Amino acid sequence: MTIALETQNLEKQFGGLRVTRDLSLKIEQGARHALIGPNGAGKTTVINQLTGVLKPNSGRILLEGQDITDLPVHKRVLRGLSRTFQINQLYPDLTPLETIGLAVSERLGHGGDWWRRMGTRSDVNGEIADLLTRFHLLDVMNEQTVTLPYGKQRLLEIAVAIAAKPRVLLLDEPAAGVPESERHDILAVVGSLPRDVTVLLIEHDMDLVFSFADRISVLVSGALLTEGPPEQVARDPQVKAVYLGEEAVNV
Amino acid sequence: MSASSDVGYHAQRQARWHYGEAAFWLVVLACGFLFPTRYLIMTDILRLALFAMSLDLILGYAGIVSLGHAAFFGVGAYAAGLLALHGIVNEPVLALVVAGLAAMVLGFATSFLVIRGVDLTRLMVTLGIALLLEALAERFSNITGGTDGLQGIEMQPILGEIPFDMFGKAGFFYSLAVLFVLFLFARRVVHSPFGLSLRAIKNNPLRAAAIGIPVNRRLIAIYTLAAFYAGIAGALFTQTTAIASLDVFAFERSADLMLVLVIGGTGYLYGGLIGAVLFRLLQEVFSTITPQYWQFWIGLVLVVIVLVGRQRLHRWMLYVPNLIIKQVAGRKAVVAVPESDS
Repeated sequence: MTIALETQNLEKQFGGLRVTRDLSLKIEQGARHALIGPNGAGKTTVINQLTGVLKPNSGRILLEGQDITDLPVHKRVLRGLSRTFQINQLYPDLTPLETIGLAVSERLGHGGDWWRRMGTRSDVNGEIADLLTRFHLLDVMNEQTVTLPYGKQRLLEIAVAIAAKPRVLLLDEPAAGVPESERHDILAVVGSLPRDVTVLLIEHDMDLVFSFADRISVLVSGALLTEGPPEQVARDPQVKAVYLGEEAVNV
Repeated sequence: MSASSDVGYHAQRQARWHYGEAAFWLVVLACGFLFPTRYLIMTDILRLALFAMSLDLILGYAGIVSLGHAAFFGVGAYAAGLLALHGIVNEPVLALVVAGLAAMVLGFATSFLVIRGVDLTRLMVTLGIALLLEALAERFSNITGGTDGLQGIEMQPILGEIPFDMFGKAGFFYSLAVLFVLFLFARRVVHSPFGLSLRAIKNNPLRAAAIGIPVNRRLIAIYTLAAFYAGIAGALFTQTTAIASLDVFAFERSADLMLVLVIGGTGYLYGGLIGAVLFRLLQEVFSTITPQYWQFWIGLVLVVIVLVGRQRLHRWMLYVPNLIIKQVAGRKAVVAVPESDS
């Protein structure tokens, strides 16, 4: 199996606090890999290092075998690494149409066009239409994002990440805060991602993790506690102790 | 209609011309014929409008606050003055472009300082640069004429054909033509993917980078372009008044510009134009009523707009401007002060 995303001895400190400790992860191509851990385990810090928002103190990050540790955020995206955010990071004043249009334009290298009008490239328009349809956003494409219901915003959040056509997609708690009635759309969308896209899922919801992931890494205090297929992780007494606690897990 | 062509149609919605916009420009043009005795003040408004449009490009679209935009205005003004004074470039239109380019070079060079910080740092850095230039202009009085300014500027005819007249008629139409051309250019740019990416950066730089937008490069580009616009505004000032003195760099000039945009609103290009008109009218009205204390009243209006403003003023006091904007820009307008401090 080829490795899509890898960290080697990743180390991150905030002052005296070690939030990522010697973390070496390997995520196989096409995997549905979940990263779980109790609150404050440093999961989001890992994501932020993978995407380039934070620089690790030491260690390397490899995307499809190439060292991307020193690349800025936007260059990693163009190399095929895209993410969603735990808390929606959208453009309040822009519409879903504009938001997705921008992501598609950037990927196709038209983002710097300063003379050609938005909306005059048929390839870009086609892709936008596809994404809007797939994510049930066609009917609200001209509404300002800030006015959309939370579930729709969440869908947009994921749609934007997909618009970058990632080969590796990092999903940071995609279903967080979504009301029960709208959850189904999110889960369906996450479930229908093409198999050749590698997905790293960070999630609190154990039902989602165990239904989705084929491999799970458990992070505790910034260090890797254990890793393996879901059944094995669910049975692991250490995991039960530190993370799952008294919560019953149904696999 | 297929979803794809539907998307194309809606994506270009804002880029299409609206009747309100055509009406706006016709009214401006008509003013040139209706008020032949008021060319000087109207030219002054046009210059201010262009200058404010320049600030709108960085503030309204990219979210860069500046308290030192007069730096570029001043460089443009002195460049145009020196070009004309020493006969380096005699033809005004060409000189205008050259002066704009001079300001643009400064804009590009200083953009690296500006993009580094967040809002407060940006305010200080831009303010500092303008003060620095003012001090330099005073120090090198052999070039700039120091506190006396550049004296004895004589403008050659525009395009070698149209001389500047003493009533300011040529100056007015010249300024209007320049403003309109630069407006068309800016309008084109803000409706491009590049322009949209600026709005994305203003809204959320974190996400902007996360979809592959090179945030810094885009900010440098728009800051440089805005400097060019401000430089042109400054050059117009020198060309239409035949003076360039230290006050082109003055802090008040940068601060007034903020007021103009607070009054007119940001992020739809007409804010600077409408704001410039209202600002000068307010100035006129207040200075007629109370010649000594007009600044007090301007200040009061500003405080009211900023404090009460944000939410409530937008709804009632700026109800009419919003109506106009809705007509002009074809979208739900938000007459807003800088997002960052709301």
